[in-house]
Amino acid sequence: MNLITISGPPSSGKTAVIVKTIGALKQRNLKVGVVKFDCLYTDDDIIYKKLDVPVKKGLSGALCPDHYFVSNIEEVVQWGKAQKLDILITESAGLCNRCSPYIKDVKAICVIDNLSGINTPKKIGPMLKAADIVVITKGDIVSQAEREVFASRVRQVNPKAITMNINGLTGQGAFELSTLIYDVADKIDTVKGKELRFSMPAALCSYCLGERRIGEDYQMGNVRKMDLGEINE
Amino acid sequence: MNKQVFLELTIEETISKYPFMANYFSDHESTYKKHTISVVDNIANYSEEELEDFAIDVELTISLYYEYFKQTCEFLGIKEEEKVKSLSILPGHNKSLESEEYDELTISQGEIIAIVGPTGSGKSRLLADIEWIADNDTPTGRKILINKEQPDKKWRFSSGNKLVAQLSQNMNFVMDLTVKEFIELHAASRLIEGVDEIVIKILDEANRLAGEAFELDTPITSLSGGQSRALMIADTAILSQSPIVLIDEIENAGIDRKQALKLLIKEEKIVLMATHDPILALMADKRIIIRNGGIDNIINTTENEKAMLSKLEQVDKYLMDKRHQLRQGKILQMEELHVH
Ligand SMILES: Nc1nc2c(ncn2[C@@H]2O[C@H](COP(=O)(O)OP(=O)(O)OP(=O)(O)O)[C@@H](O)[C@H]2O)c(=O)[nH]1
Ligand SMILES: [Mg+2]
Ligand SMILES: [Zn+2]
Repeated sequence: MNLITISGPPSSGKTAVIVKTIGALKQRNLKVGVVKFDCLYTDDDIIYKKLDVPVKKGLSGALCPDHYFVSNIEEVVQWGKAQKLDILITESAGLCNRCSPYIKDVKAICVIDNLSGINTPKKIGPMLKAADIVVITKGDIVSQAEREVFASRVRQVNPKAITMNINGLTGQGAFELSTLIYDVADKIDTVKGKELRFSMPAALCSYCLGERRIGEDYQMGNVRKMDLGEINE
Repeated sequence: MNKQVFLELTIEETISKYPFMANYFSDHESTYKKHTISVVDNIANYSEEELEDFAIDVELTISLYYEYFKQTCEFLGIKEEEKVKSLSILPGHNKSLESEEYDELTISQGEIIAIVGPTGSGKSRLLADIEWIADNDTPTGRKILINKEQPDKKWRFSSGNKLVAQLSQNMNFVMDLTVKEFIELHAASRLIEGVDEIVIKILDEANRLAGEAFELDTPITSLSGGQSRALMIADTAILSQSPIVLIDEIENAGIDRKQALKLLIKEEKIVLMATHDPILALMADKRIIIRNGGIDNIINTTENEKAMLSKLEQVDKYLMDKRHQLRQGKILQMEELHVH
């Protein structure tokens, strides 16, 4: 089975791109399944079900969705194998700009959109920096110049990635992506023992553990203070 | 330049030797604070904790930095003989797997080709084949040549070198900038020198295309539809990196379309134009007829059609004049329409 991890900021077009790409993969009689990781809510599973592909979703609730991803990915891989998938795609909502769900030797795709502003590539960190393929969406509604400027910002952050433009509405570009993601030779039976591309920062203060009260007396563990300078400056 | 030697340069030395890297360091100033030492030493100065905090992976960061430098050198060093002078589309098949019946279609710099056919007939697929440099490996089985040769696959994968620029009716400006800032930003992304002249040139050309003139300090989001279209076309003609321009239906309002096509040709673009407007279609040298996912026919614009173009333009002008008078609050007069 091939495993593909897809991540990107909220509403960047991940689902739209995956849906169109699945269309192209199905033409080649490949069996695809999707698992969506999100935080509080998602309807994406309903969209994927309409395509008649096996789907699961996981909501991380109080946790960072990427931490939740790592704790569950092995079980998800086993589910995919039991479903006899050729390709298992995971879609993760990139809510935490510091974390990313990418694993060494597992194809990593970042979906980012032209409307998100030219500083977004700089802001989203590992999710973009460590991706193998960067998909840029929503080029249909901005000018050519803005597309070029945005792409150049992406290249500054990750010049190594393959960068593609895909229109999530018409699917233009999705066939091309489909040719890059499936590799017969690429067989993943387990991700046990594999490593994340980036460490995920420790979340170990008292608030991580459910503390609600405010004030120094309640702050324990990994606490860091902002530098506000002199208070009456 | 040797990689090891390059990485040992201080940032100051790097910028003085390679001025185009100045942009890179200003965009990454939070990572590289000290310009008197090298990139590697900047990173070596971070503590474990800081590396974790700023999400810096030492090896990855340095390899991305070097990759950016290498690619940009290649990008700036594009030689005359590597320029795209012609594009050839070799036949594949339509949706019913019937072969396309033409030998080879070669389009050269400065040529205009119209693409006609119903929605969903395969116009986008044709464009995608060009953009992806199809090599018998897309659903149509077509093959694309550049300068009559098998092209480098770099066109597929690099973000700095896209083959096709697109202009369509749905496109808008979304940035909050003035016309001047906008053009400067675009020029900076291409690491182009002589920005001031380019800004003026683009403004002049855009104003030649637009009905109503605008200024350098006009915010781009407050331009009218016609002005936006004019600026997009002038900017694409003069500043876009892509040698091929695809135009998807430009409406007739507020912009001189004939002049727009002339500008693109003058800037040595290869122009593809999806349209059903007879005036635009007849301005093209040829038109491709798309049906059922395939190229059904290629028609050279006939002499007869070229003669007809001037009549169509007169009808068009008549209509435009009426529209103009209406907008100015006049009462329309019955005037004979003389078509010569
Ligand atoms: N115009 C345009 N709209 C797009 C494009 N791609 C996606 N959209 C629209 O953008 C919205 C968000 O797309 P989704 O695919 O749901 O985004 P997502 O990244 O999966 O969102 P989450 O999973 O909720 O984080 C939808 O309304 C899409 O139809 C595109 O290329 N062009
Ligand atoms: Mg989604
Ligand atoms: Zn996180």
